[in-house]
Amino acid sequence: MNQTDLQKTPLCAACEKAGGKMVDFHGWLLPVQFEGIIAEHKAVREAAGMFDVSHMGQIFVEGKDAWPFLQYVNCNNIKNEPGAGVYSHILTEKGTIIDDAISFCLTPEKFLVVVNAACVAEDFAWFEKQAQKFDVTVRNESAQWAMIAVQGPQALEQVAKLLPQAKDIARFHIVEIELFGAKGYLTRTGYTGEDGVEIMLPNAQIEALWNALLAQGVKPCGLGARDVLRLEAGYLLNGADADQTRTPYEASCGWVVKLAKENFVGKDALAAQKAQGVKEKLTGFVLKSPGVPRAGCKVFAGAEEKGVLTSGTFSPLFKGIAVGYLAADAAVPGTEVEIEIHGRRAKAEVVKTPFYKNRV
Amino acid sequence: MYTEENCRFTKTHEWVHMEGDIATVGISNHAQEEISDIVFVDLPKVGQQVTAGQNCCVIESVKSASEIYAPVSGEVVEVNEALNGDPALVNREPHGNGWLFKIKMTAPAEYENLLDLKAYKATLGK
Repeated sequence: MNQTDLQKTPLCAACEKAGGKMVDFHGWLLPVQFEGIIAEHKAVREAAGMFDVSHMGQIFVEGKDAWPFLQYVNCNNIKNEPGAGVYSHILTEKGTIIDDAISFCLTPEKFLVVVNAACVAEDFAWFEKQAQKFDVTVRNESAQWAMIAVQGPQALEQVAKLLPQAKDIARFHIVEIELFGAKGYLTRTGYTGEDGVEIMLPNAQIEALWNALLAQGVKPCGLGARDVLRLEAGYLLNGADADQTRTPYEASCGWVVKLAKENFVGKDALAAQKAQGVKEKLTGFVLKSPGVPRAGCKVFAGAEEKGVLTSGTFSPLFKGIAVGYLAADAAVPGTEVEIEIHGRRAKAEVVKTPFYKNRV
Repeated sequence: MYTEENCRFTKTHEWVHMEGDIATVGISNHAQEEISDIVFVDLPKVGQQVTAGQNCCVIESVKSASEIYAPVSGEVVEVNEALNGDPALVNREPHGNGWLFKIKMTAPAEYENLLDLKAYKATLGK
């Protein structure tokens, strides 16, 4: 695809100005890196970094049945306490993963669901279809909202210089904010394994926020660092580690499935799979020899092919790390396996994820 | 030492410095900037026979793997062992201590087909 055909976020020019190397990410022109992935990774693990995540989607659900509706389309228990957010999976009837998203309760009758960029259209269509049985209105406002994630041990104090609420907000919560004359939202969430917040503002105001944070010394970071950080933290990348062929149990996210809930899309299929057990599950690997594992590499235990990687990278903290779907019998921490990289077998060990567990 | 001026280049961004029938191979400054953050170099084996244009080495950065092609044909006679402990040397000194491997050339005339610095730089704008 030609760069001119790509969708641009309202921060595209600001990212280019800050030295961003722009690439095609699922049809969006986004920075893969600024100074460099290792330097950006370090900034987020040790200080504060910011990411343009304006491509992500915002779907508002309003009405008397807003909460029952979200309970129905999510496998996790969504909270109906104003301010509270819950990470969950949105499933097909077969119990496979359409998307992973966070549903925030603004009022008992108004929720904001923040979804993955590549899934906005499908999520919205799915919500509209499921909403017919409920007294709700579903609005896709993704095009109107821009978003910056500020992440790292200094993220809260950096953001508090602009938004003092950043110091008081609880993990996985949302507050309404006003900044640069516009209303927006602040959430204490992220995709890096560090503490931090994500700030949503209308498109017209986002560049003022980017520039203010830049002036305060928050380092601009790209998709490259974001992928290393999220993989270290054990977060799924939807479309790679999860898709409509995999269930939350297979994706090693059984904790998001609340079978005790009265009903939700995919429940019967998941109940059956839980009783039977899974054949394959998403498993973590650490390389024991030099090299970088990548998505698509095959995993062997002895002579037998036992799985394939869905994500892999070089982690400055742990060297070669990866996740992939492995036969359940081999998916035991401590198991020695081999990963085929460029036709050569590299020794690796099955490990529990997250690779990195720190402040959140 | 190897400099941009005393080397020849391929369109795939390798450089070659020839001394007698020994060709020292590395990647250009442009290539290391594009690859960035090099974290592992999977070097060829000493004794391995390579032909010009053949993939014989992989440079891994955080974000991707880049294949390196033998610019000339011959036998790999030495690899840069320093890269095993410090792969980022390729980023810091692409034209010096960050060289990759040496080939004892079987067809030294192949060197003449490679691009000089000016011709190589002309390919970069495209």
